[in-house]
Amino acid sequence: MAIGTANPEAAAALDFAALRREFPLLDRAAAAGRPLVYLDSAATTQKPRAVLDAERDFYERCYGAIARGVYRLSAEATALYEAARGKAARFLGAAAADEVVFVRGTTEAINLVAASWGRANLGPGDEILLTGLEHHSNIVPWQLAAAATGARIVVAPIDDRGEVPLEGVARALGSGRVRMAAVAHVSNALGTVLPVAEITRLAHAAGALVLVDGAQSAPRMPIDVAALGCDFFAFSGHKIYGPNGVGVLWGRRQLLAAMPPYQGGGGMIEEVRFERTTYAPPPQRFEAGTPAGPQAHALGVALEWLAAKDLAAVAAHEEALARGAAERLAALAGVRLIGTPRARAGVVSFVVEGAHAHDVGTVLDAAGVAVRAGHHCAQPAMRAFGVPATARASFGIHNGGDDVDALVAAVERACRILVR
Amino acid sequence: MNELDELYQEILLDHYRRPHNFGELADADGEADGHNPLCGDRVHVQVKLDGDRLAEVRFQGSGCAISTASASMMTDAVRGRSRAEAAALFDRFHDLVTGSGAGGGEESLGELAALGGVRQFPMRVKCATLAWHTLRAALVGGGEAVSTEAPT
Repeated sequence: MAIGTANPEAAAALDFAALRREFPLLDRAAAAGRPLVYLDSAATTQKPRAVLDAERDFYERCYGAIARGVYRLSAEATALYEAARGKAARFLGAAAADEVVFVRGTTEAINLVAASWGRANLGPGDEILLTGLEHHSNIVPWQLAAAATGARIVVAPIDDRGEVPLEGVARALGSGRVRMAAVAHVSNALGTVLPVAEITRLAHAAGALVLVDGAQSAPRMPIDVAALGCDFFAFSGHKIYGPNGVGVLWGRRQLLAAMPPYQGGGGMIEEVRFERTTYAPPPQRFEAGTPAGPQAHALGVALEWLAAKDLAAVAAHEEALARGAAERLAALAGVRLIGTPRARAGVVSFVVEGAHAHDVGTVLDAAGVAVRAGHHCAQPAMRAFGVPATARASFGIHNGGDDVDALVAAVERACRILVR
Repeated sequence: MNELDELYQEILLDHYRRPHNFGELADADGEADGHNPLCGDRVHVQVKLDGDRLAEVRFQGSGCAISTASASMMTDAVRGRSRAEAAALFDRFHDLVTGSGAGGGEESLGELAALGGVRQFPMRVKCATLAWHTLRAALVGGGEAVSTEAPT
């Protein structure tokens, strides 16, 4: 078994069948004779036993208030919470643990930057650059910031493949008014891998900062924020085999240090007087309220668990599954792929001509194949392709070729039933 | 008949592909928009009244097979009925697709009974009832759009 090696051959040898048994929900479904073909990891991932155990272990062994007690339990809980911060920093290739802010998820991370950095740095005439395939959570927070500051949104469009050509990015940056480029690393709706390192170079040359929405890339490929060169990077715990309700915002230390608080409360202060309050340095400045200790700890365990699989192998495995699925689906009469990017991560979107995505999703569900059907919180991208919704299969570390077989067979059946 | 075949009966798919009473109604007496924000289904329902009777009902919009076929069948089923009769029909239809109520009234539903398969798919009940909620709004008036996610 090649798991844990850095061998480039490892992709072929990634033992997904053994990995599947690490997921209690998938294991139980199989044991009950109703194997679940779970192809919705882009929405949320199933949890491996190691992560479930870690969260429970925190509660059973050392649960106490984090950074708020003098008793031993509190010290132990605080140590585990801070250790998780270090694990997240290592996972991202960050310079230091104090550049990692624990948040509820990618959505909160982007809202934090849009509200805190945005309101402190944006003004009338300034521009925020987005791409045509952003998730609503990387659109709406910026619209709120724009409305509050007089800044405006500009968009680098997608092309027929569902890629974001760099010319469009360069053209938008040419205004000289872009202060922030907020871009997805991997499109949740189409699977496109964006050239974020190149976008970052262009943006920096034009005097703009870059926030990378890594919700879909962090679970699917090795991440190195130093190599990407970006200024902020966000991802969610629940999409990376970790618990719900926790996520990570990474930001450059100098940027975080200059940003005002996002939310006020306990834990983020230095000294509170009714006349004036001074704030703690980052990352605590951005972590108002009692921290989600068990969740952060379990997220740290999830990141270590995933990194131990060899992320390059995971990336190759999921990309191969998605490419295989895309080719076989495209070969079916009446099936059209939505998005045919040359660089694709483990996501495939498609429509059955003459049938609505929800009807396709219902037929697939009856075959035990769980896919997402809808607009994927990316309505502008759907509009660009002239469809209200697609069916989307997204792959995780536990998926294998048998899952692609089940998907293709179920889509064939959907064509038979719905397009007679 | 398995669950899927019961859901996607030929009659339902016929209405989906060739919906009845689809298009705009000139000089409508009432109209309303319906929207299911979770799946993007949209329907616009217009009613022409003859006294208390629904002389004609037409719809426009885009949606899945369930919501489109349901809208199409509805426009046939309520034509010529009084407001009270249309409301009572919606109640019986609602019972059918949610599997609630006493049941057994399927004969009286005519073609609408073909949507009974929806009760095996709770996620799809909103698709089947969107047009009916929108018709009710069109009859009440007021111009408020109907959303499946709004508190009722």
